[in-house]
Amino acid sequence: MNKLTLWLAILSAVLLNALSSTANANTIHSERSLYRNILVEENNGLRCLKFNVKSTKTQQSCMLVNQPQQLVFNYTKMLFSSLLLNPNPERILIIGLGGGSMSNALHEIFPSANITNVEIDPAVIKVARSYFDFIENQQVTSIVQDGRIFVKRATIKKQQYDWIILDAFNGDYIPEHLMTQEFLQETKQLLSTNGVLAANTFSVSDLYHYESATYKSVFGDFFNVKRKSSSNRIILASNQPLPEAKIITERAQFLSEKLLPYNVNIKEISRQITSTAIIQDWPSETRLLTDQYSPANLLNLK
Amino acid sequence: MTNKNNKMQQWQNPLIYLLAFSSGFCIMGIELLGGRILAPFFGSSVHIWGSIITVFMLSLSFGYLAGGKLSTKAASLNRYGLIFICAGIAILPVAFSSQWLMEAIFLAIEDTRYGSLLASMALFFIPTVILGMISPYSVRLLVTDKNKSGQVAGFLYFVSTLGSALGTIITSFYLVLLFEVNDIIMVFSATLFLLGVCAMLFNRLNQQKSIKDNKNSNHQGVIHE
Repeated sequence: MNKLTLWLAILSAVLLNALSSTANANTIHSERSLYRNILVEENNGLRCLKFNVKSTKTQQSCMLVNQPQQLVFNYTKMLFSSLLLNPNPERILIIGLGGGSMSNALHEIFPSANITNVEIDPAVIKVARSYFDFIENQQVTSIVQDGRIFVKRATIKKQQYDWIILDAFNGDYIPEHLMTQEFLQETKQLLSTNGVLAANTFSVSDLYHYESATYKSVFGDFFNVKRKSSSNRIILASNQPLPEAKIITERAQFLSEKLLPYNVNIKEISRQITSTAIIQDWPSETRLLTDQYSPANLLNLK
Repeated sequence: MTNKNNKMQQWQNPLIYLLAFSSGFCIMGIELLGGRILAPFFGSSVHIWGSIITVFMLSLSFGYLAGGKLSTKAASLNRYGLIFICAGIAILPVAFSSQWLMEAIFLAIEDTRYGSLLASMALFFIPTVILGMISPYSVRLLVTDKNKSGQVAGFLYFVSTLGSALGTIITSFYLVLLFEVNDIIMVFSATLFLLGVCAMLFNRLNQQKSIKDNKNSNHQGVIHE
């Protein structure tokens, strides 16, 4: 009898748990695409796009359903640090769409800018349209293509961009051909005179050193944007010499009001910037990642 | 004297198995690196692997056909070694000519499916056909007894496919972490080349031995008579 009540208690606990978790996070869409599993979950007005597994680690993009304008993730906000190098981008290239929240925000802030989104997975674009209000019009376009191929073709067409956002890496898998010296050289060719490359990557594994050394070999010194608590880092690289601290503070002041509606505190972000000219936090003899040597995913395990 | 000749002779089959193992190892190592070689020009979508695997399967099938045909006329360890030397040489363009080849194809063909298919064809078809010839040719050299032909073929496939498995895992887990793609390709090429030379040298030594032994045994035969 005692045993039975114990079993009942366990069973009810398990059931309750299952019920409450489904109530907290509703899966409103799930599909298996050519590249991954795509999940859209909603929880207390926060709608998130997830790849592969139901964990917080693989959240790609989130949107507050009632305030779609506000940016949720810190790394997306940190990407705005690029504006401290080039405050008025007219031609923007985004590699890796996610939910399209960055594209939407940039379209609102710079209505006349041309924004090109490149995404390898057509299913991600569909989900962004259906669940994340991804806006496409004359200014904003999306292309289904591998980022490397888009960049290569664009260099042949001699296209130029004022801001290139590389956001193609998630926690599970890194497209290794988007991290090599050759790729960065191709990307560099696409940057206009004042153009900025902003790459969203990680800072926790051995890969950090290899990636840093590779960026430095192509662009010279660059900016790292990091928060102590987060595992993300943003690399800001450009053809121009890096601006001085005074100019950055001025620009942050100037931009701060413009970016506030998007929940971006650019003044705070400007204080998270460090130049590799001052702090080089990787061993100087680190091997470079090239098309010949790019075991990025294996290095990311270490 | 005939005893010594046997000693030399008994190493021939292990040598053939070693060569078959190595060719299996190299085929899959190269196939795996194919993805890495094509990625900068054609991306890393699933159809890249479609192109590579199609080309490897296609060229292996032609290789089996050609190797079988070749083995019907004057099959010898010498020719077997020559196949390896040719394979070693045919792999070299994968390391040295891939850049301009892929660039030309990239410019000519917009669709990455057909671009990657043509590029894999251009890079991998010839070396893989040659490597495919090795299996049937090995069977020809190894089989002496019709009753054991199935067993011999089975053991040969066991050895060469085991080589393929190891070539796949060692290349993808460890070699790419240590070396550049071209360096690995060159090591594969040199290995095949040297094994081919070994087979030819072995054959030559063996023949010299048996000629000597024949002479000796003839002499002995004369004395006995």
